[in-house]
Amino acid sequence: MWLFDKDLWIEIFHTLGKNMLRTFLTMLGVIFAMIILVLLLGSANGMSNGFNKLFAGTASNSLFVWGQSTSEPYKGFERGRRIRYKLEDADILKKQIPEIEVLAPRIELGNHRGVVTVYRNGQTSGSSVYGDFPEIDNITKKKLVEGRFLNQTDIEGSKKVCVIGEETYKLLFDKGENAIGQEIRINGIYFSVVGIYKPNNNINIDGENAVFIPFTTFQKAFNSGDRMGWMAIAVEDNTPVPIVEKQIKDILKAKYDIHPDDERAIGSFDMSEIFNNITAFTTVLKGFSFFVGIFTLLAGVIAISNILLITVKERTQEIGVRRALGATPKIVKRQIVVEAIVLTAFAGLVGFAVAVGILSILDAMWGSGDDFPFVKPMISIPQFVISFVLMVGLSVLIGLLPANRAVRIKPIDALREE
Amino acid sequence: MIEIKDLHKSYKMGSNVLHVLKGINFKVEEGELVAIMGSSGSGKSTLLNILGMLDGADSGEYTLDGVPIKNLSETKAAQYRNKFLGFIFQSFNLINYKSALENVALPLYYQKVPRKERQEKAMKYLERVGLKPWADHLPSELSGGQKQRVAIARAMAAEPKVLLADEPTGALDSTTSYEVMDLIQKINDDGNTILVVTHEEDIAHMCKRIVHLKDGVIVEDKKVEQVRAEQYV
Repeated sequence: MWLFDKDLWIEIFHTLGKNMLRTFLTMLGVIFAMIILVLLLGSANGMSNGFNKLFAGTASNSLFVWGQSTSEPYKGFERGRRIRYKLEDADILKKQIPEIEVLAPRIELGNHRGVVTVYRNGQTSGSSVYGDFPEIDNITKKKLVEGRFLNQTDIEGSKKVCVIGEETYKLLFDKGENAIGQEIRINGIYFSVVGIYKPNNNINIDGENAVFIPFTTFQKAFNSGDRMGWMAIAVEDNTPVPIVEKQIKDILKAKYDIHPDDERAIGSFDMSEIFNNITAFTTVLKGFSFFVGIFTLLAGVIAISNILLITVKERTQEIGVRRALGATPKIVKRQIVVEAIVLTAFAGLVGFAVAVGILSILDAMWGSGDDFPFVKPMISIPQFVISFVLMVGLSVLIGLLPANRAVRIKPIDALREE
Repeated sequence: MIEIKDLHKSYKMGSNVLHVLKGINFKVEEGELVAIMGSSGSGKSTLLNILGMLDGADSGEYTLDGVPIKNLSETKAAQYRNKFLGFIFQSFNLINYKSALENVALPLYYQKVPRKERQEKAMKYLERVGLKPWADHLPSELSGGQKQRVAIARAMAAEPKVLLADEPTGALDSTTSYEVMDLIQKINDDGNTILVVTHEEDIAHMCKRIVHLKDGVIVEDKKVEQVRAEQYV
């Protein structure tokens, strides 16, 4: 096997090593191409990672449903009727649509997006107040700074406990003050704080200035009966959200006598749509980077081929002498092709090393930034292997060009050129 | 050793056909030192190229050491060249980025001789041409005479049947020419068959036989009293 022929390698490295400048200039194109490819891919990956981090903790295949006002008269009802859900709707939906994995009903004090004044020791905050089930944590994960989130015991015992946002904490408590176990007052009722959460750089539906109390406690404390404000729903991973969304709306429309064509009566928000858009965006970005990178690489490899062609012309006499001394066309060809491969592979590795270094610096500078989605910009091993194999494969094909040119040199012509 | 019968060769030059060799008959025995003489255009270089398998003849027979040389593929020609022939060129044709030793070892590399043996053999031949201390020097660090001696060592390293020298002294001054001829004579003394193409009368007379070529035919083929080059050195 010629691959393990030590003499061939010595001969190749000797030839390349004795012509350092030429070797280096030949490699430059591929070095830069590899740097560009790796930087592009790495940045695209970093962006993708950044978005993933942004959405970490939010169930991607989920939707939110709330009630609005009807826009069509139906069954004797006038338009503009406010739709208010009942808690039993949650059970009906769960029972009728098996694709629903988690359904967390929620009720809000005041109007939607409205604020309620929360008191504590003379300090006040205008916060949103939600009655929630612990299941909500499976859909929009709260990053707790202290304490715990609501749990099943709170629900069953209708306990007067609450989890508050960091913003609320800042408004109601002094800096460094321990809030756990302290009481805050909402509409004249005292709740003891069991947890403080912090926004975790992700999509923040609830805001930071909010108070969460158990749903059952909410019902009793604020006399909301079986009313339900809205629902957070997680759908099975492989079921498209729009399908479930339509089922939910159909059931609710039938139950609340809403015109089947009324688009405004039921408000909903499909989280998966955002995720799909962003996934599509990053996928296109990655594909585009790969495309651009590979073509840059192709240009680099062609540059190597080009320079080898020139080199072959320059080396006509040398090749002629080698042929006169007994080098068969195969040996000459192999030497040129292997030179092309070695040049490309080495240049590729150098470019890769440089690019990885640059990416590490970028990562160190901006990688952990919260405001910009750019996390761990690095190319994956499969991406590297694919580009590398592609590059070396190309170099073989393109090395054949100068190799064939070299073989066409007749020793007699080469020696006559002197 | 070499036998040529009715060798013809012509080149196409546009619409003209240039008949260079017009029926050459020629025989070289083992151990001979033959000078091929002729003015430029006489066909002497063409003859040497055909003998060196660098070029093919149009018609005629060529036998080298009992092997008929005909319709060779490039690969076969390369192998035969490596096995049968050693080349010495007017312009030395050393590979400029290889040291003297590596240049001498090159034909052995193509013979697939193991590296260590190759180095030893190359060193042996460098010693024989008196350049052992220069083994690690690049051609650019050697004088013309030294370069030609490296080339001679390289031609001999593969231990060929025949050495072909194309104007070996053409690029050298007369003192150096005689040194090179002295070396060629000594190699011939050891029993090697050598063909020297030259147009210099004094160089030709340092061989044992002179073949005169004119307009593509042999006009004269005579044995001569060899003039030893040693006396001029």
